Amino acid sequence: MNFSLLVYAAPHSRQAAETAYRFAVAALAQGHGIHRVFFYGDGVHNGSALASPPQDECDLPARWQALAKEHELDLVVCIAAAVRRGVLDANEARRYEKPGHNLREGFELSGLGQLAEAAIHSDRLITFGA
Amino acid sequence: MTLHTLNRPPSDRALLDDCIAALVADDTLLLLEDGVYCALAGLELPAGVRCVALAADVAARGIGDRLATGIEVVDDIGFVELCCHHSRVASWF
Amino acid sequence: MSHSKTFLIISRRPPYGSSHARDALDTALTTAVFEQPVAMLFQGDGVLQLLKGQEPAAVRQKNLGATLSALPMYDIENLYACADALAQRGLTQDDLILPVQPLDRAGIAALIRNHDVVLNF
Repeated sequence: MNFSLLVYAAPHSRQAAETAYRFAVAALAQGHGIHRVFFYGDGVHNGSALASPPQDECDLPARWQALAKEHELDLVVCIAAAVRRGVLDANEARRYEKPGHNLREGFELSGLGQLAEAAIHSDRLITFGA
Repeated sequence: MTLHTLNRPPSDRALLDDCIAALVADDTLLLLEDGVYCALAGLELPAGVRCVALAADVAARGIGDRLATGIEVVDDIGFVELCCHHSRVASWF
Repeated sequence: MSHSKTFLIISRRPPYGSSHARDALDTALTTAVFEQPVAMLFQGDGVLQLLKGQEPAAVRQKNLGATLSALPMYDIENLYACADALAQRGLTQDDLILPVQPLDRAGIAALIRNHDVVLNF
């Protein structure tokens, strides 16, 4: 079965993003596909390269990145939600004349249309919200 | 058949009411995160609705021995399987 | 587009206090642009998004009510509200910026069952 996940919660402040990650791991272990993980609202913070939790805590952005690398996952961060919250790639940093960019490698910024596309082309869309 | 997930505690009464109102026979309600606390007192659900709680969240909160009767515990693989066996997933949060 | 799915967006948060209502609306509008059939259900405090007379300029936000009233122009014409939520808040159709179909519990359960994709905000 082909899943897409909507992550609508920031890491650390809410548990939902971690639940989504565990779901992705379990689905992949069962041989299912993940069409896309779409990060929306405060969920865009999962795509930050600058999150620096203590070493004995879960570094969720890093784990998403590693999982995506291993399974060639499509990790899409909603561009409108992200730039509002200060999660920028190099292009957006240039466009808004910001001093740096922080979108983690393995994630990409794109429009909300990617959520609609994911829902259309997946067997199930599962929301992890807060 | 719809899988409903609920991740807020029973003190969020308005959410719980809206979620329960949406349940019909053959649906499954999966309690996760703080939603597993709804399994303590149990829930009055429509006939034919199955209620399950996510194992990791039950264990994390130390309530494994306190779940109301009739509530099953499923692991993450069980969560994935529930998604496969229902036509859609509605998340209440 | 070869695939088509029916979408139900459930919006149950009040406007302005959080981004949920705006995100629900943006999701509905974007999905409609993809030419998928979209319905919206306002439930709980979400029905308060429909109130006339919103003036959010002083809180420096865009008028959500104004965008909502444009939904039919985007072919989002299946708009529903939880009848209990309206009644509990003393709201009637005259208080609302656009017409919505009130639904009872059975109607809401049937609505969810009749859509392929359900997105809650």
